[in-house]
Amino acid sequence: MADTLSPVHPLHAWREAFAALPDGLEITAEPLVAAMDLRLGRAAVEAVTDVLGAAVPTVPNTWVATPTGRIIWLGPDEWLVHSDAHTPTELESRLRGIVAPAGGAAVDVSAQRTGLRLAGPLVRELLALGCSLDLHPSVFPPGACAQTTVGQVGVVLAAARADTDDAFHLLVRPSFAGHLAAWLLDAAIEFTPEEQQ
Amino acid sequence: MRLPTGGRIDRSVTLHFTFDGVGYTGHPGDTLASALLANGVHRIGTSVNLGRPRGVVAAWSDDPAGLVQVEEPFPEPMLLATTIELTDGLVARGIPGRGRLAEVPDTARYDRRHAHCDTVVVGAGPAGLLAAREAARRGERVVLVDDRPDAGGALRGTEEIEGRPALDWAAGVVAELAATPDVLHLQRTTAFGLYDDGFVLALERRNGARHQSRQRVHRIRAKHVVVATGAHERPIVFCDNDRPGIMLAGAAREMLHRYGVLAGQRIVVFTSDDAAYDAAADLAAAGARVTLLDARPAQALHTDTRPPNPGAHLCAEPGAHLCAEPGAHLCAEHSVDVRPGAVVVGTEGVEHVTHAVLADGERLPCDLLLVSGGWNPTAHLFSHGRGPLRYDEALGAFVPGEPLENVTVVGAAAGEPAPNRLVLWRTPGDQTTQFVDIARDATVADIARSVGAGMRSVEHIKRYTTIGTAHDQGKTSGIVAVGVAAELLGVPVALLGTTTFRPPYTPVAFAALAGRERGRLFDPERTTALHPWHVEAGAVFEDVGQWKRPRYYPRPGESMDDAVLRECAAVRTGVGILDGSTLGKIDVQGPDAGVLLDRLYTNMISNLAVGRARYGVMCGADGMVIDDGTVLRIADDRFLVVTTTGGAATILDWMEEWHQTEWPDLRVHLASVTEQWAVIPVVGPRSRDVVGAVFPDLDASAEAFPFMAWRDTVLDGVPVRVARISFSGELAFEVNVSSWYADAVWRRLLAAGEPHGITPYGTETMHVLRAEKGYPIIGQDTDGTVTPHDLGLGWAVSKKKPDFVGKRSFTRPSNLDPLRKQLVGLLPVDAATKLPEGSQIVEDAVLPPPPVPMLGHVTSSYHSAELGRPFALALMKAGRARIGDVVHVPVDGTLVPVEVAGSVLVDPEGTRRDG
Repeated sequence: MADTLSPVHPLHAWREAFAALPDGLEITAEPLVAAMDLRLGRAAVEAVTDVLGAAVPTVPNTWVATPTGRIIWLGPDEWLVHSDAHTPTELESRLRGIVAPAGGAAVDVSAQRTGLRLAGPLVRELLALGCSLDLHPSVFPPGACAQTTVGQVGVVLAAARADTDDAFHLLVRPSFAGHLAAWLLDAAIEFTPEEQQ
Repeated sequence: MRLPTGGRIDRSVTLHFTFDGVGYTGHPGDTLASALLANGVHRIGTSVNLGRPRGVVAAWSDDPAGLVQVEEPFPEPMLLATTIELTDGLVARGIPGRGRLAEVPDTARYDRRHAHCDTVVVGAGPAGLLAAREAARRGERVVLVDDRPDAGGALRGTEEIEGRPALDWAAGVVAELAATPDVLHLQRTTAFGLYDDGFVLALERRNGARHQSRQRVHRIRAKHVVVATGAHERPIVFCDNDRPGIMLAGAAREMLHRYGVLAGQRIVVFTSDDAAYDAAADLAAAGARVTLLDARPAQALHTDTRPPNPGAHLCAEPGAHLCAEPGAHLCAEHSVDVRPGAVVVGTEGVEHVTHAVLADGERLPCDLLLVSGGWNPTAHLFSHGRGPLRYDEALGAFVPGEPLENVTVVGAAAGEPAPNRLVLWRTPGDQTTQFVDIARDATVADIARSVGAGMRSVEHIKRYTTIGTAHDQGKTSGIVAVGVAAELLGVPVALLGTTTFRPPYTPVAFAALAGRERGRLFDPERTTALHPWHVEAGAVFEDVGQWKRPRYYPRPGESMDDAVLRECAAVRTGVGILDGSTLGKIDVQGPDAGVLLDRLYTNMISNLAVGRARYGVMCGADGMVIDDGTVLRIADDRFLVVTTTGGAATILDWMEEWHQTEWPDLRVHLASVTEQWAVIPVVGPRSRDVVGAVFPDLDASAEAFPFMAWRDTVLDGVPVRVARISFSGELAFEVNVSSWYADAVWRRLLAAGEPHGITPYGTETMHVLRAEKGYPIIGQDTDGTVTPHDLGLGWAVSKKKPDFVGKRSFTRPSNLDPLRKQLVGLLPVDAATKLPEGSQIVEDAVLPPPPVPMLGHVTSSYHSAELGRPFALALMKAGRARIGDVVHVPVDGTLVPVEVAGSVLVDPEGTRRDG
């Protein structure tokens, strides 16, 4: 019997297939991080800044980077917080301590979604095959995010910040992650030279 | 006949193809139709009802007659010869109106792509090219789609635009668009539907490499739609107007200019419009002997009657005007025999037209009879978008009327002036051979019959005669049918109006619409974190909504019944383990969490102590059960609601709806945590040993850890929540852990359970075990008409709470009816027959004459390892009052006697739940 419990990444089995994608397209499974669903009224917005290391974004469909992760706008009073500096239990407990007295809520959703990073010059072309949103940089610039679908799968889609214009984060429920991975790989065949297939 | 020069075909390459078993050759750039005409083949097939020989009528997707079955490269039914691009090795045959679907799987790929733009231009003729160029020059994001292989629309190459030969000009615009960022230009792409808010669907025929999709549906969302779809020529109806060798004048002209094909040597052109003069002159110039019959009297004819050029509406620059010689003048130059005041009333020739018969009886020999009754704007997309069409008396055509917001119609699609056109729908003669819709074998006589039957609406006439309902959707026949019907009814065409155009503009294969969503990608398969383990363990899976759940784990040689009996016995006598992760889970947080739950559950939730769990039932406003499950109180201001697997999303929506629309004042927040938590029930008399061994910090004794309580513990630093909840009546511990650690915890439990013979079990065993205890499955034992009381769950309906959703319905007279169907057990008297689920229950051993009164039906039925016999649950009228009675269930024609029993068949005293 092992001494510690090992977490299993929902996309563990897909890593090899992701690595074999054609040039111009890169898919990686993002590490597992603590994630909280945060609900709070305007009055409590400032109260969580210290814990999160950044103010929550109030512009709809945007996200911000924090020193330890991200804060993604999901609704007028709802955010998704990622942090690699806390365990899920710690983060939930700290945030709940702050927001609950103000009528807010914090829920550990670390395992409720899993992350993929899609990058490369072909990434918009790939997503255009399954996402009905306009992902043109003029419309969906770095820092934009949305709750949408890719293929038939609901995702939180976020345009990556800073590192490159051609990258997106996709957050998907783990039960759908396998289907989404299969869908992305199938769509990527379009860009795979025949000799590589 | 193929001409030595001209057209946009590549004569340096020869393509071989087979039609109706005969080998022919053609060239790249040909369609099947043009290649056949080049080989002198006019006859394509026979008509759908009358079996009359038919040939090519039009040159593109408006052709009503030239349907073929493609056999190679891949079988496809009912394609138009005029739209099939010729490829080497093509095998096709003419069909009598109907084709044959492929019997081999289609291995080609299909997909869809989303596009967004400021302006989408449909049609890459001169008007469309200009519109696209202007939009691109304004810096807009532009999508330009056109259904032909190349841009240029109806340009023949003999015109000039902006001082350049027209095709050079078109190539120049295409090059400019290609060099402009954010312009997507797609040829071979048919916009087949325009919907609200600038949404255009288009089908691209890609025919690329195998790894690329063969066809792609583009879903284009545009701020502005430019419809530049040109015009369709329409025929004039006369007797026997359907023979091979009878074509539209423009089609023959297109065959000449686009494909270098002269479709006849001795040509008769019959028209009532100026435009056909150009066709006549061009064909004569190419070497044919041409007679032009003009229905108009001599004095109506002008010498210069050219319609303005198609791009003129849009063109801002004077240099853009087309330049060409007047048609009548050219006719004279090329010795076309023009006869004013002459009409065709009939034809001769069965397999191919041999004569045009004139009104005065003259028989004009010909091998090609061309017809032109004028041009109709291709206003289909405008009409799709609910743009009104207006009848233009002078054109004899429906043109776009009141403009649509954000839709602009340009070029010939807007309706071009034709000042001298004589609107002529048909010439005199026998109505039964005057074909209006050639594709449907529908004649003037059919319209007359519909009118005679009392139909006055063109929509009714269309449906009665089927005119306009074939593959071509009446592109050439629709307007003529309206004109003929108006004549027969003696009403103005404008008053009769036209039918509404609906998508798709041209047929679209289902495969293209399905796109990538077929086979494995047809519908998402949801899997739990333990799925890889289940697969490895050889589980047989069951679809539960989108979830794949292990149904049972057969050992080698075991049937499902064997496996389930073994799994059931293991749980009742030892210990079993289940993946229950698919259960819906909702975190309910906030000071008013208890208030919200009290209002939504039938029973009281707010008085639940922290650390405890309670079974609860939810009803709709009609008092019928919609879901059930357990609620755990996590903290004073926090609950965890557990729903059924199928109810996970709908119950969250249901709770949000009540909260957001009825009680927004409640301070409570809901969040789905279905996938956050893996749930692993460890079930059976030995479960305490297993749980105790894996979680050393947890006191699992009955005293410290009572039924319907939960405890938090930690396993190697990972938080674990264990709840004593049982869906089997046995001692059971539901182990909840972050799904990251589901696999690790599952393996620990298996290892600890090994000495006790721990047995993984699936949903089938779960169903049997719960049914033995009379626990209903919402959606299986209920159907939306069942109250908690019907299920024997009256104890879970609060009498104290002032109100909750569904409460007032419980006092309705019908809810108090003692004859309501109630959940009961059924025990086949022979202790051997497993009743099929869904079976009806009848009273007596002999069926009375129909209608046989039905007492209810079987909702669940299984073999019970514990009872050593089959049993069932059923909804039965006044069921509980009839316990002990024997009633009957028809099975395979025999009436099986069954004893009505209480719904709890195993351990009714509940002695086993504490182990």
